[in-house]
Amino acid sequence: MKVKLNRIFIHLFLISYAITCLFPLVWMISTSLKTTSEVYLNRNLIPKSLNFENYIKAWTEGNFSIYFTNSIIYTISIVVGIVIVSTLAAYAFAKLNFPFKNIIYYAFLMMMLIPIPGAFVPLYVLLVKLGIQNTRIGYILPMINSGLSVSIFILKEFFEQIPKELEESAVIDGCNKFQLYYKIMFPLALPAISTIVIFNALSAWNEYILAAVNFTDPNKMPVQQQYFTRYELLMAATTIITLPIIILYLSMQRYIVKSISGAVKG
Amino acid sequence: MRKIGDQIGSFLFVLPALAFFVTFSIYPLFKTFQLSFFQWDGMTKNMTFVGFQNYINAFRDFIWLKSLKNGVYLAILALIIMNSIAFILAVLVNLRIRCSKFYRVVFYIPPILSGIVVGFIWKWIYDPNYGILNGILDILHLSQFKRAWLSDIHTALISVSIASMWQGVGGSFILFLAGLQGIPEELYEASIVDGASFWQQFFYITIPLMSRTLMIVSILTILGAMQLLTIVIPLTNGGPGFETEVPALRIYKEAFSNYRFGYATALSVLLGIMLFIISIIQIKLRRTD
Repeated sequence: MKVKLNRIFIHLFLISYAITCLFPLVWMISTSLKTTSEVYLNRNLIPKSLNFENYIKAWTEGNFSIYFTNSIIYTISIVVGIVIVSTLAAYAFAKLNFPFKNIIYYAFLMMMLIPIPGAFVPLYVLLVKLGIQNTRIGYILPMINSGLSVSIFILKEFFEQIPKELEESAVIDGCNKFQLYYKIMFPLALPAISTIVIFNALSAWNEYILAAVNFTDPNKMPVQQQYFTRYELLMAATTIITLPIIILYLSMQRYIVKSISGAVKG
Repeated sequence: MRKIGDQIGSFLFVLPALAFFVTFSIYPLFKTFQLSFFQWDGMTKNMTFVGFQNYINAFRDFIWLKSLKNGVYLAILALIIMNSIAFILAVLVNLRIRCSKFYRVVFYIPPILSGIVVGFIWKWIYDPNYGILNGILDILHLSQFKRAWLSDIHTALISVSIASMWQGVGGSFILFLAGLQGIPEELYEASIVDGASFWQQFFYITIPLMSRTLMIVSILTILGAMQLLTIVIPLTNGGPGFETEVPALRIYKEAFSNYRFGYATALSVLLGIMLFIISIIQIKLRRTD
């Protein structure tokens, strides 16, 4: 009996925290569907009528067709870049031999563990110097770099667990190192690669500060740079921005939880 | 000879990563140190070497010191309140209850949102005239506690802190949960045979075996809180006055609003050194695995 009562209290506590997590989002969606006067006159959770016009208005007035496209371009380029560069490097760190291998690997690891606050200032200086400030590539390249060290770390751990016999039999079949990488290692690493895709997609989509520093041309900016002063439009805009990552998260959440668990043990 | 060729071939695999790393991590790091000894507006060719003047100025800069103090305040609140909530949630979810997967998924939703979006949502919640927080206080007949949360100097910082903790609980929760799941089940089973109560298990098994996870999560919390930036921009942008100014925002403003790139990088170095010392502990902990 006592155990049962405890369980009820535990669930009550957990449910109330789940509501705490969800309420601000529900409130965001609720506001985004209200008329201007309703936003300022009543605080009902459920809007009197569903004004999807707010979304159309936010989308057109906020030029979301441009920014959404930009964000998709950036997110895909950054993620693809990270996957290619980090799988190549992680494979070499795990399976190949070359001079200074460990020193280089620990340098990457250090970058993952030691934060450089305000790195956007020297990055801006560098981008100006390279003549790529206010260009798409000037945003994509440093963003690829910012995801590399963690991705290399996760992938290296994964590659190390792949048994040697697999490589050896492939070598006997006449595979060179590069064929070994893309015919055997890459396909085997797909579970680890999917966690890397999700994490980096989330952080690329959510990135704000480097975009603010890099872009002066509004036509190149990503979605996070858009906002409205009217709350119903602002909340419609934030809902539009948030929807893709919620969908990505809910469809892929098992990878996310698993990989964080791995990261803390590592 | 063939061996050398082979090693060069292997090295080519890390070359792209290394090129990125040198260009966008090492060079900026070096540049930060270099610029911190100059006075420079970030645009013109006029760079004046000023030695340690930027550093000396930082120690006299009331706003910078205030932002550091705010960063420490945010870190302490996050360490105590946010991590306690996260730890309790993790222990409860780990009790093999029903729907534990549902809780795990829901608790990790706030961390995946962007800082900008979270900032705007909470700005609307805190709105002095139409916000839901003051609305709830009205409904509860607590109207005397209503205030302009983000522009009142007494509540601005704690309001920012609550918004950022709301977002951060899920991250600590997931890490704690992973730590708890790493504790071998046999230990609990054996202790039940020995007649241990829930609290005895908690204090003699859970807490000692979680000490490393607790330390790592604490350090990540401090590093996160001291570098808080995007969420603050939509919420208060550092105001009212400098009540919610945070170190990273200060660096951003010194560079891109005041055009004092030399000074901004000196602040980066100072904050970086503080965080570096904290990170070293983290690295030591991870090594002793």
